[in-house]
Amino acid sequence: MRAFFDMGGYAAFVWPAYAVTFAVVLLNIFWARRALERSRAEARRRLQMQREVS
Amino acid sequence: MNHSDGNIAQPLAALVAADPDRLSSVCQRASALEAVRLALQRDLQLAFRKRGQLVQPLAFFAMVTLLFPLAISPELARLRELAPGVLWVGALLGSLLALEFLFRDDAHDGTLEQYALSGQSLTALMVAKTIAHWLLTGLPLALMAPLAAVSLGVHTGALPGILFAVAVGSVALSLIGSIGAALTLGIKRSGALLSLLTLPLSLPVLIFGARATQLAIHGASFAAPLELLGALAVLGGTLAPLAAAAAVRISLE
Amino acid sequence: MNWTWFHRLASPPHVYALAVRLTPWFAWPAALCIAAGLWGGLVLAPPDYQQGDGFRIIYVHAPSAWMSLMVYVTMAGAAAVGLIWRMKVAHAVAASCAPIGASFTFAALVTGALWGQPMWGTYWEWDPRLTSELVLLFLYLGYMGLRAGIEDPQRADRASAVLAVVGVVNVPIIHYSVTWWNSLHQAPSVMRLGKPAMPLAMLVPLLLMLLGFTLFFVALLLTRVRGEVLARERTASWIREVVRA
Repeated sequence: MRAFFDMGGYAAFVWPAYAVTFAVVLLNIFWARRALERSRAEARRRLQMQREVS
Repeated sequence: MNHSDGNIAQPLAALVAADPDRLSSVCQRASALEAVRLALQRDLQLAFRKRGQLVQPLAFFAMVTLLFPLAISPELARLRELAPGVLWVGALLGSLLALEFLFRDDAHDGTLEQYALSGQSLTALMVAKTIAHWLLTGLPLALMAPLAAVSLGVHTGALPGILFAVAVGSVALSLIGSIGAALTLGIKRSGALLSLLTLPLSLPVLIFGARATQLAIHGASFAAPLELLGALAVLGGTLAPLAAAAAVRISLE
Repeated sequence: MNWTWFHRLASPPHVYALAVRLTPWFAWPAALCIAAGLWGGLVLAPPDYQQGDGFRIIYVHAPSAWMSLMVYVTMAGAAAVGLIWRMKVAHAVAASCAPIGASFTFAALVTGALWGQPMWGTYWEWDPRLTSELVLLFLYLGYMGLRAGIEDPQRADRASAVLAVVGVVNVPIIHYSVTWWNSLHQAPSVMRLGKPAMPLAMLVPLLLMLLGFTLFFVALLLTRVRGEVLARERTASWIREVVRA
């Protein structure tokens, strides 16, 4: 187990590399969902305004 | 609309010479080659009215060349090593500065719209504008490069090669730059964005040009990188006006 | 050849519904492939005889680099389709690609630097691959900057599409010139793995990671395209159903 985390002495490089990559993965998931939510909210607002005008 | 008529050429040329601003309206009646010649003539004449503007990129180039010795060392031997890089970075940045003038005035006074509507090939007119731009900025930069090189300790034997390399490279830079300039038409304060768009595309020119200059300084044959520079200029010449024309049309929509 | 499926792709409501349906079919397999790849790469694969356990960075660096390039090509392809056929959906796809590609280019640079330090003794190397990745990052930033700088959405779509196509044509030229430049000044420093060919135990997890990330990209794309398509539809009635859900 310890050997696994130690990564043959390269732990200081291997684990940050994995951390950065998975941070980017998670960030992309978060971004994509947030962008979708924003678009839906914007579309809802536009429909609301149209209904008020008509 | 595109038939060439020798009788029209003379009065058209006279009209444009007298009042370059009216080119757009006379453009429609000319042949493609006539239109290119007239557009070129117009750009040159209008530029000479504002001669002061032409000097700016050159002054910038001179300033950049001055910065490096001050920042690094006055020793000519060291500067000679750095000369290719300094010359080309300076030329690249100077040509970037000059790009703003390419379309700005024409977009402002509606000439660009006239060009697009004139029924002439917009691509051909882009070629005309790029040639004019090179004659007004690239060529002067190329003529200045030997002077800057001397100030950096380069011996006179290398100067013709340097002039030639910068002349060819700046053709490619004008072509590449026209794309970014066309895309950013009408965007306020687009200087930084224009640089961001143009610099990555200009990297091959920088690489081959600096290498050609380096070889010239060492007295070796710089044919290989020069040929690559030429290839870039030719490739740019065929593709860039097309892209710039498309970008202009999009900007005018 | 029946082209109806292609023409249907031009219809925003159809694409939106398709995206909703397809996303789980890409998201879950992606998670599985990546999990399997991680297990294989971190646990099962033996250490490299030259780089020891340090080589395992390849399992995140290679997918990131692959993503950065694949996403750019996808972006340029979608942009070209949008320009030629004037399809709003294609422009929506191109717009969705940019932030994904840029972030993975950044990941490729960082993981490349972290790989470089133990292997070459320096965090940054001006080798062709890293330098090209850096230029690619600037190409992405330029694309996103142009989009942000143009107010009219349709003009932004079309102008950035021209830029993407010009960029993709230039990527091989830039890569060639950077490789040429690098070969002049030093011996080519390829990140070799110490053996002429990669043994299966090392290769299979790598392929799994590449596949997993690709599937992940499609899932992300489908999610983002939904939002982009919504933003491009001003008054269509199908939106009503979608936002109420």
